[in-house]
Amino acid sequence: MSSGLVQAAYVISTILFILALGGLSNQETARRGNLYGMVGMAIALVATIIGIVTDHYILLFIALGAGAMIGFRLARTVQMTQMPELVAILHSLVGMAAVLVGYATFLDHSGGYFGIELTIHNVEIYIGILIGALTFSGSVIAFGKLSGRIGGNPLLLPGRHFLNLGLGVVTFWLGSVFVGQAADGGGLFPLFLMTLIALAFGVHMVVAIGGADMPVVVSMLNSYSGWAASATGFMLSNDLLIVTGALVGSSGAILSYIMCRAMNRSFISVIAGGFGTTSGGGSSAAADGEQGEVVAVDAVEVAQLLGDAKKVVIVPGYGMAVAQAQHTVNEITRTLRDKKIDVSFAIHPVAGRMPGHMNVLLAEARVPYDIVYEMDEVNDDFPNVDVSIVIGANDIVNPSAQDEPDSPIAGMPVLEVWKGDTTIVLKRSMATGYAGVQNPLFFKDNTRMLFGDAKATLDDVLRALQS
Amino acid sequence: MMIGVPREIHEGEQRVAMTPDVARTMAKLGYSLMLESGAGAKASFPDEAYHEAGVEVVESVKDLYERSDIILKVRQPEHHAELGIDETDLLREGQVLISFLWPGQNSELVETLAAKGVQALAMDSVPRISRAQKMDALSSMANIGGYRAVIEAAQHFGRFFTGQITAAGKIPPAKVLVIGAGVAGLSAIGTAKSMGAIVRAFDTRPEVKEQVESMDAEFLMLDFEDDEDGAGEGGYAKTMSKAFIDAEMALFGEQAKEVDIIVTTALIPGKPAPKLITEEMVSDMCEGSVIVDLAAEQGGNCELTEPHEVVRRNGVTIIGYTDLPSRLAAQSSQLYGTNLRHLLTDMTPEKDGVAVIDMEDEVIRGATVVHNGEVTWPPPAPKLSAAPKAAAQPAAAVLETPEPKKTGFMATAIAMGVGGLAMLALGNVAPPSFMAHFTVFVLACFVGYMVIWNVSPALHTPLMSVTNAISSIIVIGALVQISSGSWWVILLSFLALLITSINIFGGFAVTQRMLQMFQK
Repeated sequence: MSSGLVQAAYVISTILFILALGGLSNQETARRGNLYGMVGMAIALVATIIGIVTDHYILLFIALGAGAMIGFRLARTVQMTQMPELVAILHSLVGMAAVLVGYATFLDHSGGYFGIELTIHNVEIYIGILIGALTFSGSVIAFGKLSGRIGGNPLLLPGRHFLNLGLGVVTFWLGSVFVGQAADGGGLFPLFLMTLIALAFGVHMVVAIGGADMPVVVSMLNSYSGWAASATGFMLSNDLLIVTGALVGSSGAILSYIMCRAMNRSFISVIAGGFGTTSGGGSSAAADGEQGEVVAVDAVEVAQLLGDAKKVVIVPGYGMAVAQAQHTVNEITRTLRDKKIDVSFAIHPVAGRMPGHMNVLLAEARVPYDIVYEMDEVNDDFPNVDVSIVIGANDIVNPSAQDEPDSPIAGMPVLEVWKGDTTIVLKRSMATGYAGVQNPLFFKDNTRMLFGDAKATLDDVLRALQS
Repeated sequence: MMIGVPREIHEGEQRVAMTPDVARTMAKLGYSLMLESGAGAKASFPDEAYHEAGVEVVESVKDLYERSDIILKVRQPEHHAELGIDETDLLREGQVLISFLWPGQNSELVETLAAKGVQALAMDSVPRISRAQKMDALSSMANIGGYRAVIEAAQHFGRFFTGQITAAGKIPPAKVLVIGAGVAGLSAIGTAKSMGAIVRAFDTRPEVKEQVESMDAEFLMLDFEDDEDGAGEGGYAKTMSKAFIDAEMALFGEQAKEVDIIVTTALIPGKPAPKLITEEMVSDMCEGSVIVDLAAEQGGNCELTEPHEVVRRNGVTIIGYTDLPSRLAAQSSQLYGTNLRHLLTDMTPEKDGVAVIDMEDEVIRGATVVHNGEVTWPPPAPKLSAAPKAAAQPAAAVLETPEPKKTGFMATAIAMGVGGLAMLALGNVAPPSFMAHFTVFVLACFVGYMVIWNVSPALHTPLMSVTNAISSIIVIGALVQISSGSWWVILLSFLALLITSINIFGGFAVTQRMLQMFQK
């Protein structure tokens, strides 16, 4: 296969990748979009294997086969509630691959670069490994946090901003050392040192970010994995990698931006970390003082409230994911709709632990997507709502985001459930949400609390509704 | 600020723009209120009731116009027969007028208002978006119109609506056909249904089938091959093709022989009402049947309709009243007043009794037809139509080209300048091969940027998993290296290949699994 043919194949796969992303813009075309992605990837793989690879086919197919098996297994067995973890760990693989490819490129001296081209090539290798290592360790930590293996609270080292700055300066200095040595054939040591620093930097960056900001972190890492691929493309002079990496990188960046805007926070402050800890102590103490009475109800009363309602809005949160209650929620929805009760879902942009998490769970439970609305679409309808059910969500329905200017979540757009007639909040206990802020919603006159595991209590509600 | 509510002077108009109930809530926004004596009398709200609600009742309408900052009305200003002058003459510069204005039909009136410097908001121009539903007076009035239409029909129909089996014999239920299942149509369906009639409904927009069926009525399907969708922009209907209309007319002809009552509500914005019930169909109907034509004002859906009148043709009573909401004055005043109150609530963010016409607010912008002496109608296209349709969205997006903000412009220019300089500096030192790659890189970033903004938030998780799978294109890097002679390089690329292939297959497979779950 001539190199022209390979290039042509690459162009085709690039176009297919763009179509894949475009296809995901709505539900009808999404599956086709994914198909485009697969075809694009297959074309790129086949073209490279036939056109460029000349040796070691056995190793190649072993790796490919083993990877495919593991990959399919993962995809088949993963629970939909674990999607954030899976996505995070998959990002780490891309980062790792970027590091490995970077080293391989560095050790392979067959490029034949001289002068300024060699310098640029080495800088590209350096940057590729840097981003790759950062993505890798950051994603591993994000995975740990999301799967509960590492605590969700932000870990803040003293003087962390200076530490970051220092690491940055050292990285920069090592880069210049590396380029100098690499020109004479050396440079492995500074490269290795930088990799360690980048790994440490990735860890430090993600541990400092609180659990509530995880959606942003996941999409940010998504973006990084794209930039890593792009940097690899630069070092290999491969346009396909550059383009694809840039597509992924910019898409992740926009997603992060959308998430940040949904929380009314600046991107920089999320990355710098430490959300909900600076003022958390003071305001929770203040909130403790003014706590009122909560009204607890049981499942039968909830069923009655729902049965008498005309319009019901369900606000799912991370608690629904944890309890795996989405199927019961769907059953309840169906029962209510059979009784001609108007049921809809209100999804906050940062509900759950990654963008669109709740939509995926509801889709898994076969909730029709045309009754699932975004925050902006439903927020003004809450005054007409008879009953809203908040399932395991806290910060996204916290009125103090609007009422208390000194609250850590002040200014964050929230679902205004309290404007409806009655709000039922399902919660395990009175604990605070990820932001560590007390929620005045629970103490409002028209709020009823249903304590317990969401799955168990909702099963009871369903039974009461059906009887 | 002082809100003044004059008596409606239009012949036969019985509504009033404010009820005592609404007055109490308006007072909470910080406004003082004034009412022309007797304004609410025809809607059964006596002056005393207003007085109790804290409204100042004044005798002289001139006085009222002079002292008020905001005038609330139902009908548009017209010639005041008693005073011998036009109502617009009573308005003064800077005064706010909120009422139905129909700026499309009354361009002269709008010009007059603009010349006088009146700030005019038309309740009929409130955009049809979810946020503005609470001030959608057209829907409120349509709802009442639909209800009243059935009541009028019952008045002229000689039989029961509900079927009964009595000792004196069997009574068949009345059959009602509702054409056009908009707000009025649905309201008519609900009313007729609750009176016990058998209700059928027809609409050119297939998506209302579900709504009709949710009211327990039968949706008549058209036996028509093409998949023609009658939904235009903003949730209104549009004109249909010739073939479609023929099929439709055949259906109506058939139904006319069967049903006892026809309620027509078919309207296409900005056009005369389509003629759906021909003279022939009317003569096919049973003696004693009733047609209520809610489109009478726009010429009527029935060929024999006489606007404003009730006529009897071929034994069929055809009701062409154009003031159905006014015939239920207490109810429509209450709903209209509440719509006004919601609009005022939005205009009074501080609740301090000072109305602000915020032209950045989509709803207020839409309703405002005259602002600071300029005619601001029609407004730019709304961002979201009442029933959003994928195909219609690009068109709406083109219409709505936001004006660039002046403040942001300088910053953008500086950023672009700096970016451009950095680019030049880079081009100065870098070799051409690098610049070629760099070009590709920058362009790809822009493509990504453009593509991703369209992704619906519900699909963010699949998007991330698919971009993740795609980013494992880095596998190419490993493949390129694996044929190397050095075992180190081979080992590294082997590992890279292994983990990226996990990502490729796992990523695409899990995305596929996720997407399969999304269903309507």
